[in-house]
Amino acid sequence: MTSAPPAHPSAPMRSTAPPGGAKRHLVLLVLAVASLWRREVVRFLRQRSRIVGALATPIVFWLLLGSGLGRSFRAAGAPDDGTYLQYFFPGTIVMILLFSAIFSTISIIEDRREGFLQSVLVAPVPRVALVLGNVLGGTTLAAGQAAVLLSAAPWAGLSPGPAGLMAAAGWLLLIGFGLASLGFLIAWQFDSTQGFHAVMNLVLVPLWMLSGAVFPASGAPGWLQWVVALNPVSYHVAAVRRCLVPVEVARDMGLPGWPLCAAVSTGFAACLFILCVRTVEKQNASRFA
Amino acid sequence: MRTDRPPSCLAPPAAVARRDTLSPIELENLNFAYPVRRVLDGVSFNVPPRTVCGLLGPNGSGKTTLFRLLATLLPAPPGAARVLGLDVAERPREVRRCLGVAFQSPALDRRLTVEENLRQHGHLYGLFGRDLSGRIARELERADLRDRAREPVGRLSGGQQRRVELAKCLLPTPRVLLLDEPGSGLDPAARLAFRGLLRGLCDEQGVTVLLTTHHLDDADACDRIVILDRGRVVDSGAPDALRAQISGECVLLRGRDLPALAARISEQLGVTAEADDGGLRIESDRGYELVARLMQRFGDRIESVTLSRPTLEDVFLRRTGHRLECDRRAEGRS
Repeated sequence: MTSAPPAHPSAPMRSTAPPGGAKRHLVLLVLAVASLWRREVVRFLRQRSRIVGALATPIVFWLLLGSGLGRSFRAAGAPDDGTYLQYFFPGTIVMILLFSAIFSTISIIEDRREGFLQSVLVAPVPRVALVLGNVLGGTTLAAGQAAVLLSAAPWAGLSPGPAGLMAAAGWLLLIGFGLASLGFLIAWQFDSTQGFHAVMNLVLVPLWMLSGAVFPASGAPGWLQWVVALNPVSYHVAAVRRCLVPVEVARDMGLPGWPLCAAVSTGFAACLFILCVRTVEKQNASRFA
Repeated sequence: MRTDRPPSCLAPPAAVARRDTLSPIELENLNFAYPVRRVLDGVSFNVPPRTVCGLLGPNGSGKTTLFRLLATLLPAPPGAARVLGLDVAERPREVRRCLGVAFQSPALDRRLTVEENLRQHGHLYGLFGRDLSGRIARELERADLRDRAREPVGRLSGGQQRRVELAKCLLPTPRVLLLDEPGSGLDPAARLAFRGLLRGLCDEQGVTVLLTTHHLDDADACDRIVILDRGRVVDSGAPDALRAQISGECVLLRGRDLPALAARISEQLGVTAEADDGGLRIESDRGYELVARLMQRFGDRIESVTLSRPTLEDVFLRRTGHRLECDRRAEGRS
């Protein structure tokens, strides 16, 4: 939107969006983003099954898997003074973030199939608004669901205190944004949800398993330690864990420091978001062939 | 049929003159190919201001691709397509601002209410507050959907959803409307009302409309028709003018052993009978006389005779050698 369209003889003296300066453009952008964000949230709230799933899954998952795994094995290097349920708690939070951020972006596939996406693509909003609205919607839903589990921290024997909880909430938003961008990027490539599920199982589950969420890297073979160190999700899990445990415990566990966690998580989110915008901006003829 | 329209919709390539710059939609030697196949082959035509122009063509003729190019969903080659004088390839954002686009399948969120769908759409066009509310009320009134405004779109019938889609499209008062099969899903009465609505938009608000249709009566109501076949424009003009190319009437015969019958008809009566849609089709200046002669000579072989005025279907058949029928049955995308 660099300038107004030239006066055309057939054009009536009305305009849908009067041209304006940068401020006007910003208003248009915010309006579009807010509207798309709101749509994601409203759609979620209108599907009762999704709400029940969102509230029940994390707690059931944590309790069943945590109790089961805790009895079954004791990984070398796992904290001695805490239970496995405690160890597994931050990992479950990140898993909830991962799954719900990425599942919420499935809506892009539905939107494409139902035609809604086309109407957004022919609207005079920059593509970045479409991406941002969707990703923020996914972030909100994911962080909201993870927060439900976070509020159960005291029952897991963790006592992060108000400051820790606030910090954790902030991390949920940052991590959720990155994972929702990842989900958007994957979902954009697919026309059916089946293909999306395949990627989910092939890429995302291993990403989570090898992040220090299920077992600590320190007890794993050398090559696996490298995989964990190179996996960005490891820094997500470490950041959430740092918020929830006392400083000395974090140090004993050899968790990566705050600056590293922040740099990796921010870089991850920023890179994926930019990739999303680039991908959406590219008009791709093969998508319609 | 209106007669005060400019005479031609098809721009002769040489005449890229002043008159053409007045056309809200200009296509000039537009070529487009998907990675695997060529879809549009040198398409050129203009849509004059304040007219309803219908694109007629079967599946695979390139109608939908043409739509996607004009709607900026596909990358158009530079210089080949202009909307309100704006090159679609170079200034897509400004083009989008002037366009109202309704696709074949309703682009609605079934979980949101009718009003929420309209509001959402308005936001994407930079509308908000009292202005937007006023527009929503106006369009709901026009679409006769005021009492359904608070219902989720998923609960409406197909025809009602179609009306929501059109209301949505008109919300930002676009200057150019692109409508892909706007009549599909509407009952005859609603289609008639919709044609009236388009006419009003053209005459009173100066809107220009390009639509695709496979309903011949919808096509007949257009000011211009552009016939598209296999990515090429094969003919264009006002419906009456197109029909006038076919003289007299069309006679359609049904009966037994048609190929032999066709040979004997051409031998004895000196007219050409073409096999068509399970029957024989004959164009004649004096169809009623021909029917009498046919019945006299071949009455025992003929099961039924239909005498009709030429339709746009006949024009299409004459120009392309095949029927539009496939399109009508499939109702799919082209």
